Amino acid sequence: MQKPINTDFEIRSENAMCVNQSELSSPLSSNIKYLLAGILFGIVLIKAEVIAWFRIQEMFRLQSFHMYGVIGSAVVVGAISVFLIKRLGLKTIDGETIRLEEKKFSKGQIYGGLLFGFGWAMTGACPGPLFAQIGSGALVVIVTLLSAIAGTWVYGSIKENLPH
Amino acid sequence: MPEWITKPWPWYVAGPLIGLTVPLLLLIGNRTFGISSSLRHVCAACLPAKIPFFNYDWKKEIWNLFFVAGVLLGGILAANFLMDSTPMVVNPKLVSEMATYGIDNYNGLVPSQVFNWPALLTTRGFILMVVGGFLVGFGTRYAGGCTSGHSIMGLSNLQWPSLVATCCFMAGGFIMANLILPFILKM
Repeated sequence: MQKPINTDFEIRSENAMCVNQSELSSPLSSNIKYLLAGILFGIVLIKAEVIAWFRIQEMFRLQSFHMYGVIGSAVVVGAISVFLIKRLGLKTIDGETIRLEEKKFSKGQIYGGLLFGFGWAMTGACPGPLFAQIGSGALVVIVTLLSAIAGTWVYGSIKENLPH
Repeated sequence: MPEWITKPWPWYVAGPLIGLTVPLLLLIGNRTFGISSSLRHVCAACLPAKIPFFNYDWKKEIWNLFFVAGVLLGGILAANFLMDSTPMVVNPKLVSEMATYGIDNYNGLVPSQVFNWPALLTTRGFILMVVGGFLVGFGTRYAGGCTSGHSIMGLSNLQWPSLVATCCFMAGGFIMANLILPFILKM
């Protein structure tokens, strides 16, 4: 079903994350750069043991500083980067102005956040690490990933009945 | 391979590298960092089923699927070529707690005593892998993002709803790990 462009963007943007801000049409091959970025990110996730179930257990038991250091320093570096990009008015390599979306509050961030926290402690993984865990050779995590996709699908099918 | 590569990387190396993913994706293509949306795109591509939430042009977001494919490849590369085979070093308190559940093997980032194919048919394994995975997918979408989208990207952009989400991720994790998981692991 083809929707008018504006509606389409509304639906896409209600999901606050990962909205494609670029207006440029891009051939499939132009996506190789994201594959490379993903490879680098995956290597860091593995090498820092961010995907390790035991590290996650340590984090939630306050038995190690490691994960707090990783997330904290990532946010500091990310925040400085975003500040500089805004301050200097940097553009993308294609010359586009960089746009960042404001995130709207919803009760979903509380209820959904708690539910995801449960899942994070159980699986030792957030969505990114699921992919890296599979790559590291733990093929049974494919089941966990399929279940996460099912969870996303069920959310989409009942979201109108959930408090937001 | 030099030892500084094969040893686990300290937080002050890994954290900033993860943080740099934010400007990298912005500068190479105006994309905001976030991973859980890839699960939504898979739903939209494979089984939209007339659900409005999944009826959008997912092909416009295909960069996100390339990115997670890269994360998978990065996992293969790092695990096969950039790692030594020494067991993980974890807090002794965790070691003694895990021993009470019969978990004592620290080889591999995903403990094979908990996560393996036969375990899927046990109550413990089913709850941890299938129910846990479901909660990751359901919860992140309900929250509108995960650790990358909210905790890294959202906080980097000083978005207070992302701070609420991050606090709830942590609260959920603390509740599960300390109050509920011990019962699941004893099953």
